[in-house]
Amino acid sequence: MASTTHANPNSYYLPAPSHWPVVGSVAVFLLMLSLVMWMNDVNGGLLVMAAAFAVMLYFLFGWFGTVIRESESGLYNKQVDVSYRWAMSWFIFSEVMFFAAFFGALFYMRALSVPWLADAETGDLLWQGFKSAWPVSGPGIEETFTPMGAWGIPAINTLILLTSGLTVTWAHWGLKKNNRGQLTFGLLLTIVLGLVFLSLQVYEYVHAYRDLNLTLASGAYGATFFMLTGFHGFHVTLGTIMLIVIFFRALKGHFTPERHFGFEAVSWYWHFVDVVWLLLFVLVYWLV
Amino acid sequence: MEAVHGHDHAHDHHGPTGIMKYLTTTNHKDIGSMYLWFSFSMFLLGGAMALVIRAELFQPGLQIVNPEFFNAMTTYHGLIMVFGAIMPAFVGFANWLIPMQIGAPDMAFPRMNNWSFWLLPPAALLLILAQFTPGGPAGVGWTLYPPLTIQQGMSMDLTIFAVHILGMSSIMGSINIITTVLNMRAPGMTLMKMPLFCWTWLITAYLLIAVMPVLAGAVTMLLTDRHFDTHFFNPAGGGDPVLFQHIFWFFGHPEVYIIAIPAFGVISQVIPAFARKPLFGYSSMVYATASIAILSFLVWAHHMYTVGMPVQAQLYFMFATMLIAVPTGVKVFNWVATMWKGSMTFETPMLFAIGFLFLFTIGGFTGLVLAITPVDVQLHDTYYVVAHFHYVMVAGALFSAFAGIYFWLPKWIGKMYDEGLGKLHFWLSFIFFNLAFFVQHFLGLAGMPRRIPDYSLQFTDFNMVSTIGAFGFGLSQLLFLYIILKAIRSGEKAPQRPWEGADSIEWTMLPTPAPYHSFEKPPVIR
Repeated sequence: MASTTHANPNSYYLPAPSHWPVVGSVAVFLLMLSLVMWMNDVNGGLLVMAAAFAVMLYFLFGWFGTVIRESESGLYNKQVDVSYRWAMSWFIFSEVMFFAAFFGALFYMRALSVPWLADAETGDLLWQGFKSAWPVSGPGIEETFTPMGAWGIPAINTLILLTSGLTVTWAHWGLKKNNRGQLTFGLLLTIVLGLVFLSLQVYEYVHAYRDLNLTLASGAYGATFFMLTGFHGFHVTLGTIMLIVIFFRALKGHFTPERHFGFEAVSWYWHFVDVVWLLLFVLVYWLV
Repeated sequence: MEAVHGHDHAHDHHGPTGIMKYLTTTNHKDIGSMYLWFSFSMFLLGGAMALVIRAELFQPGLQIVNPEFFNAMTTYHGLIMVFGAIMPAFVGFANWLIPMQIGAPDMAFPRMNNWSFWLLPPAALLLILAQFTPGGPAGVGWTLYPPLTIQQGMSMDLTIFAVHILGMSSIMGSINIITTVLNMRAPGMTLMKMPLFCWTWLITAYLLIAVMPVLAGAVTMLLTDRHFDTHFFNPAGGGDPVLFQHIFWFFGHPEVYIIAIPAFGVISQVIPAFARKPLFGYSSMVYATASIAILSFLVWAHHMYTVGMPVQAQLYFMFATMLIAVPTGVKVFNWVATMWKGSMTFETPMLFAIGFLFLFTIGGFTGLVLAITPVDVQLHDTYYVVAHFHYVMVAGALFSAFAGIYFWLPKWIGKMYDEGLGKLHFWLSFIFFNLAFFVQHFLGLAGMPRRIPDYSLQFTDFNMVSTIGAFGFGLSQLLFLYIILKAIRSGEKAPQRPWEGADSIEWTMLPTPAPYHSFEKPPVIR
């Protein structure tokens, strides 16, 4: 570790050679390979996946642990802090563009491809009698489904996520006032709200598959519904894990009222998944 | 601000040695070199695949490979050249040059920089594994259009995940570059004083962060359509194969500029150096580059005129595409105006830059031809398109990469290359390139379709010429390898400024070869 260096407000910290990136590459390679094996029923896929997750955990603990130790020993000056802010902002922008691809697919299907399939030419040639509508599974799918209503669990989940946005901000106020109790309690509330959201989301999926016959195979509606809410749920999961890490760091006494970008980065991310959810609630659940 | 290093190894090179040095390095120069060598090895691999294609097309009929393998070669030639050769080459330049040109000690995130590079070999490994899976390599074209991609075997999944890893690498690399340019500049190095190469990479990195996730989304939908019963690209479920093309080209058109814009940056540094005049119209260059980047998001469907779009959409995409000729014209004008009345000399970098200028302009003009909807309906998926984009990708991006290598090699390794051999490399590349690709315009205009291993007899002569040109071009690149190795082993010692017209700070403020950590203390800019 960088014990030979001293904290100097005028120097930009450049890390020594590190083996963590290559460990990460091994983890990513094993993970991708195992997914291909699993999807194609190759023997040993799950074994490789278990190895991938083990290496991935080692990698995440190792790299983030190193960064946290460097940060706590005061190696990062103001300029390094600004670098982290730029990086997190652009990372979130990349996530926005990932979701944009799936929202684009949703708009395209609703506004263009489903109506085209029902118009005079295509309808007569391929699927006579198909009427354009939304939600719809598509002209070639016999099985019917019931769409997910907006005002049950999804509305409750909207309230939960909006509240969690408030609690994480309340925790931030506590941190800035150096009120550690408010910080940790606010974080704990946010984590609990995140976990409740995720549990309700799992319950909703079970309900969709078991009672509504709404599955990934339910054509245009099923694909966009599950891919959009699924990737959102995956991001909430990551956000919750990040919050848990921040919670334990707060308990250990990390962060000062002036310097706490680790906390802020997580709260930015949490607000980002919040905003994505609002778009989902309006465009996927509500306007049907 | 000065730099502080983990382990006090700033002035010695004790740290890990051998292979471990390169696996663990956090130095922008080591990482830049790894990018460039990786890029060159992928260039040879992708080039060998191109030669398989050209060998098969030497004569009509099927002689050497079966059609499935031919399709796989066109697919992986495209993927490997775009993602493995050209893009990493310019990231290599970015790593080497940006810290030296803005007066920084290194990139903003040296460890993440290492990871961006070391994600490339796993992706390449997946693409190589894809050649040996049951069912054979996927012969779907680098554009990965469904429904064909839905019907392929395991190689398709390996390809999809390779694209995911390449995307991660690009996004992290781009975040690093943007942060470095915005936050690591020496005091006094204002944005509008930066060498143009840094500007072009700032804009390119923005494009990459905006579109690589969209590509990730597109291939994820392919994956779920293949394995998890979704119907994104299947009309039976309300989807549409054309939806993939829209999402893909929303990535794919900016991708063209992701490749071209750093090339513009290199050319904008080489031409002033050898014309011994400052770049004409610096700020208009910056604005033109930004305009090209913004317009590149608004023109994607000119790749899809034949899919049956409404005519209004075709008209919009036609005019929007032609609009790009305006900022591109500004650039070409400025390069020519820079040379106007300059006291020019024609060393190898300048030869490649002028070669770039002529041939890229031809590629730009054929691009305008293809932008015209009724013309494109005739030329779509013919060899005219192949000729067009090889003028942009090879004579554009690759020639500018060669110009950049010859230009900065003395600064990087402290030794000169063999000027005579360099000039020979240029002339061989220039002649064989045109032999290989100029005739393809005629083939396309006469109606020869691309991605087909056989052709009608009347196309034979031009195909033979093209194949001879392609093999000549490929062999000429072995000369390039020899020139570089010779320079490294026994090149003459280079002076601090081998090019008297080069005036950015890596020439004026750093010794040659550049020290391991570029600027330990920030330089004072004017």
